[in-house]
Amino acid sequence: MTHPTPATAGPALDARLTIERVGFRLDIALSVAAGEVVALLGPNGAGKTTALRALAGLVHLSAGYVRLAGRTVDDPARRVWVPPERRSIGVVFQDYLLFPHLSALENVAFGPRSHGVRRHRARQQAAAWLDRVALSHLARRRPRQLSGGQAQRVALARALAVEPTLLLLDEPLSALDAGTRVDTRAELHRHLAAHAGGALVVTHDPLDAVILADRLIVIEHGRIVQAGDAVSITARPQTDYVARLVGLNLYRGRADGHTVALDDGFKLTVDDRHHGPVFVAFRPAAVALHQYPPEGSPRNVWQATVTGIQHHGDNLRVELGGPLRAAADVTPDAVAQLRLAAGEPVWAAVKATEIRAYAAAEADAQPEGDR
Amino acid sequence: MTGTALEPAPGRPPVAVPKPGRAPVRRRAPLVALVPALLGLAFLVVPLTGLVVRAPWSTLLERLAEPEVLTALRLSLLSATLATAACLLVGVPLAWVLARTEFPGRRLVRALVTVPMVLPPVVGGVALLLAFGRRGLLGSWLDQTFGITLPFTTTAVVMAQSFVAMPFLVIAVEGALRGADTRYEEASATLGAGRWTTFRRVTLPLVAPGVAAGAVLCWARALGEFGATITFAGNFPGRTQTMPVAVYLALETDPSAAIVLSLLLLVVSVVILASLRDRWLAGGSAA
Repeated sequence: MTHPTPATAGPALDARLTIERVGFRLDIALSVAAGEVVALLGPNGAGKTTALRALAGLVHLSAGYVRLAGRTVDDPARRVWVPPERRSIGVVFQDYLLFPHLSALENVAFGPRSHGVRRHRARQQAAAWLDRVALSHLARRRPRQLSGGQAQRVALARALAVEPTLLLLDEPLSALDAGTRVDTRAELHRHLAAHAGGALVVTHDPLDAVILADRLIVIEHGRIVQAGDAVSITARPQTDYVARLVGLNLYRGRADGHTVALDDGFKLTVDDRHHGPVFVAFRPAAVALHQYPPEGSPRNVWQATVTGIQHHGDNLRVELGGPLRAAADVTPDAVAQLRLAAGEPVWAAVKATEIRAYAAAEADAQPEGDR
Repeated sequence: MTGTALEPAPGRPPVAVPKPGRAPVRRRAPLVALVPALLGLAFLVVPLTGLVVRAPWSTLLERLAEPEVLTALRLSLLSATLATAACLLVGVPLAWVLARTEFPGRRLVRALVTVPMVLPPVVGGVALLLAFGRRGLLGSWLDQTFGITLPFTTTAVVMAQSFVAMPFLVIAVEGALRGADTRYEEASATLGAGRWTTFRRVTLPLVAPGVAAGAVLCWARALGEFGATITFAGNFPGRTQTMPVAVYLALETDPSAAIVLSLLLLVVSVVILASLRDRWLAGGSAA
C-alpha cells in the first residue's frame, strides 16, 4: 500500500535467516513467489515462529538478509533494518491478538488507517474485507464476543486489509477446536489462493501444510531438513520427524543389493536394489503380527515386544520394541486374538515388496533420532 | 511415538493431587489472630467515628455554606485536579519509559521516582523551596529572567501536590504497562502503525484502567496534601489555603469548624474509594 513495488521486482520473499541465541541457532533460506503459499513445517522448538518473527521485523537477524519484492528490509552486514511498520507484511498471529478495545470493523480498519487512509475510507475497506470473510453481521462485535473461528477470520481480514507483499500466518488453525478447524481450513485455503502476494504458513500440523500450501519446507533444530511438494516429501521422508508426520516407519542404513544393514545392525530384505547409504521406509499397516513364527512369503520376520497400544483411526497402532523399533497397524480383532498387551512378545513380519528403499542424500543433515 | 502403555508407567505411583481451584475449607479465625485484628480495625475506625459523633450536626449546613469553607474546598478541588492533569501529562510518559525501555540507571530513576512517597511531605516542601524559591536553584533564574515567582502562589500549591502525588500515578501506570501484553504492540506495528500511533491507539487504551486508577489515587493524594503545601505555598485564604491547611488552622481557633472541614474531606475520600473499589482498584493492572 505504501510500498508500491513493481511485480517484477523479485519474489515476494527472498531471505536467508541466521539467528543465534544461547543454545539455539536458526539458519534457513526461504523464498516465496508472489501468489505462492509456502508452509514452514516443523516440531515445536524447531525455530518456525522465530523465523516468522524475523521476517516480520520483530526479531533481529544475526546474519543473512530479508528481501520483500526485491526491497531489502533486513541485512545486518549492510546495516539495513526496516522496522515492522514499514515492511509490506501482514501477520496472523497464533492467538490472533485482535485489539480487545476495538470492534471487529475497527480492528480490520486499523491497518489501512495506519497506512494513512482516511477514517471513512478505511472503514469502507474494512467492511469490504469483513464481507469477504462473511462476517459483515459481526462488524460491531468486540473480539471477546467472537468465537474462535470468527476471531481467526477477523485476524485474517485485518492482515489482508493492508494488501501485504508477504502474508505471514503463525499456526493459524491451532487455536481452533477440531470441528471449526475443518471449515476454517478450507476457507483459509480459499483466501490464501486469492491473495496476490506471497504467503508463508508456519504450522506443526502436516494436514494444514498439505492443504494450505503449494510447497512445504520442513525444519528441525533450526535447519531445513526437507523441502518440496507434499507428494515428494511424503514419498521419501528424510528424517524420523517427517516419517512420523506421514505415518511411516523410517530407518537409515547401508544397502548392498537387496539387503540393507540398518545402523543398529538389523538386516532388512528389500525389493529395490541399492548400494550405499539409503533410507528404508514401510507403512505401519504393512507390518503383520503373529503369535508364532509365520511361514511363507514374508521375507522379514523378527521377534518383537509390544511396548504400547493406542487408537489410530479405526485400527490400533501397536508400538514394537526389540531388535527393530516399529509401529504396526492392526485391527482390534487381531489384538484380541493375539492377546496383545504391553510387555508381551509377538512375531512381526514385513514383505520385502512393502519396503521402499531410496538413496539418502549424504550432504543432508543426519536425521535425528534415527531408529 | 507416545505409545499408551497398558500398564501404569513404573516410578509414577498414583498420587492424589488436590485439584486446583477447589475452595479451601473456611475456618473460624483463631483467637490469637482475632484479637489483634479487631484492635487494628478499631484503631482505624474509632477516630473516624469520633469525627462523625462530634460533628456539629445541627449547624452543619450553615457552616458548610460559609464562604471560607467553600473557598478552601474550591481551591482544593481545583488544585488537586490541575496537579493530576500535570502528573498525567508527564507521569504517563515517565511510566512508559520505566516500563518499556532499557537504559543504564533505570533502577536508580525508578527509585528516585518513588522517593516522594516515603519522604516526609514537609521535607518535600523545603526541597521545593530550595529549588523554586526566590533564591532557589531554578527559582532565582525564573525570577531574574521572567520575573516569575512561584512560592506562596496557587501554582506552588499545584506543584507541591504534584510532587507528592505523582509517584502514585507513575507506579500504577508502570504496573499496568508491565502487565499489558506487549504483543498487541507488535501486532500494531505489523499493521503499519508507528510508535506514537501504537501508543495512542493500542497501548493507552489497553492500560486505561491502570491509568484511571493511578489518576484517582494521585488526585486523592493531592487533595489531602498538607506538609509540602504549607511549607512551599503557605496559607493565604483563597490563594493557597487548601482544605487540609484550613483544617489545621481552624483547629487552633474554631475546633468545630475543623471538624466540619474534616468531615467534608472524609466524605469526598469515601465517595472516591467507593466508586473505585470494584471498577479499577481490584483489577487495576489487568488489561
